[in-house]
Amino acid sequence: MEFLAPTTLADALAAKAEHPDAMPILGGTDVMVELNFDRHRPPVLLDLTRVPELAEWSRDDRRVRLGAGVSYTRVIDELGHVLPGLAMASRTVGSPQIRNRGTVGGNLGAASPAGDSHPPLLAGGAEVELASLAGTRTVPIDEFYAGVKKHVGRPDELITAVYVDVPTGPQQFSKIGTRNAMVISVSAFSLALHPDRRRVGTGIGSAAPTPRRAADAETFIAGALDDDGLWESKGALPDALAREFGERVQTAASPIDDVRGTAAYRLHSLAVMARRTLAWAWSDYQGGTNA
Amino acid sequence: MRVTMTVNDEHHEVDDVWEGESLLYVLRERMGLPGSKNACEQGECGSCTVYVDGVTGCACLIAAGQAQGHHIVTVEGLATEDGLHPVQEAFIEAGAVQCGFCTPGLLVQTDDLLRRDPEPSDAEIREALAGNLCRCTGYEKILDAVRLAASRMKPEPGTLS
Ligand SMILES: Cc1cc2nc3c(=O)[nH]c(=O)nc-3n(C[C@H](O)[C@H](O)[C@H](O)COP(=O)(O)OP(=O)(O)OC[C@H]3O[C@@H](n4cnc5c(N)ncnc54)[C@H](O)[C@@H]3O)c2cc1C
Ligand code: FES
Ligand code: FES
Repeated sequence: MEFLAPTTLADALAAKAEHPDAMPILGGTDVMVELNFDRHRPPVLLDLTRVPELAEWSRDDRRVRLGAGVSYTRVIDELGHVLPGLAMASRTVGSPQIRNRGTVGGNLGAASPAGDSHPPLLAGGAEVELASLAGTRTVPIDEFYAGVKKHVGRPDELITAVYVDVPTGPQQFSKIGTRNAMVISVSAFSLALHPDRRRVGTGIGSAAPTPRRAADAETFIAGALDDDGLWESKGALPDALAREFGERVQTAASPIDDVRGTAAYRLHSLAVMARRTLAWAWSDYQGGTNA
Repeated sequence: MRVTMTVNDEHHEVDDVWEGESLLYVLRERMGLPGSKNACEQGECGSCTVYVDGVTGCACLIAAGQAQGHHIVTVEGLATEDGLHPVQEAFIEAGAVQCGFCTPGLLVQTDDLLRRDPEPSDAEIREALAGNLCRCTGYEKILDAVRLAASRMKPEPGTLS
């Protein structure tokens, strides 16, 4: 095995071009488990922790550019108020030690359907930045996932950043697990209200081969809120609407039975989380916070 | 490959490190620092917790090469010539050590907690130690130990910490 530790982005991209089968490593919280248990022996380990561009974030009015190597702890501490949905999800990841090293870029690289950063990125709106010697491109988050633990990045590309929209309304994240820490989600759901566009964003985790949106539920609830003039009036959210929203979220999922839970439980919990996160976000919206 | 790093303020240089080797293996098997324990090798138990440049992480999940040139502090680095670290003393006095396998990780993670927050609430202690498993104590004595350490380490009013 070879160990490469480039200190500039240009060198990192050159290394990936030369060794397309190199395994990138950021926090190592997925990669090292595979190495320790001999599940994987990549010919080259490409350490990206020394590339300064990946460890930085910046923002303008519209969005945050989050470098792939920014840890969950830093997302929580430095961006907790700017990106509440992603920060809520980050707080549920692993343990303090895992959050200190683990990154959103690594979560995207692993592209696990259970990754906790995916639902808030899907709900809030995001684009993944992929770079290679051939150039840089961005992929809308809902076109990024390509199958179980697969994404659309090419072997010569690295994930350099994710652009996360600065919210215009409340955001929520909810996750089912057996305890409060150190759990891979049984199912997860994130919701974002976009009052400026009168839209509602959703993201489903652990209940389909890939993280995904519930597009039909989004259209339904945005339309219903519009029809009832609720975006303007900020009136009470009818129970029937929230319930139907939950049911439509459920139909967007296609879960399996596994050691963490049954498909039936995942569907049930999704409907409950969808209903509740909508109610929480709506009550935030009514209170004027975040709006 | 050769890897060099500072561990507990000492410069270390080790050769023939396998490229996929963990920092934990290097510390224990190549540097003779067996304080950090190897229990799960998958980030679940926290018994290998060390500081890397002042931030705690699981040494089993850090590639040796990623530690190159960095400052590592292990449980061996907590005590000074003057004696045990207050967190170590508190763990002993509170009876928070039984088999002791989890203790090194808990000591480092508790030290980190009290540096950042000298007066943590019980909920904050639980949250900070959520990634450290103990199969013996039932955690109550560990909570006692952290509270005891916090009360002793609290900066005196008027002094600079
Ligand atoms: C004890 C424990 C608890 C955990 N709990 C959770 C949890 O609650 N929720 C959750 O979502 N995850 C959890 N995880 C999984 C893991 O921590 C996350 O997926 C984390 O986000 C991975 O980030 P990393 O920086 O450590 O990635 P790494 O392990 O460094 O990399 C992960 C993957 O991404 C690839 N990669 C890394 N960087 C790039 C790049 N720049 N471009 C392209 N590919 C890249 C790697 O090759 C690898 O395939 C847990 C892991 C452990 C060990
Ligand atoms: S040995 Fe590293 S966390 Fe268990
Ligand atoms: S004292 Fe035995 S595992 Fe904690």
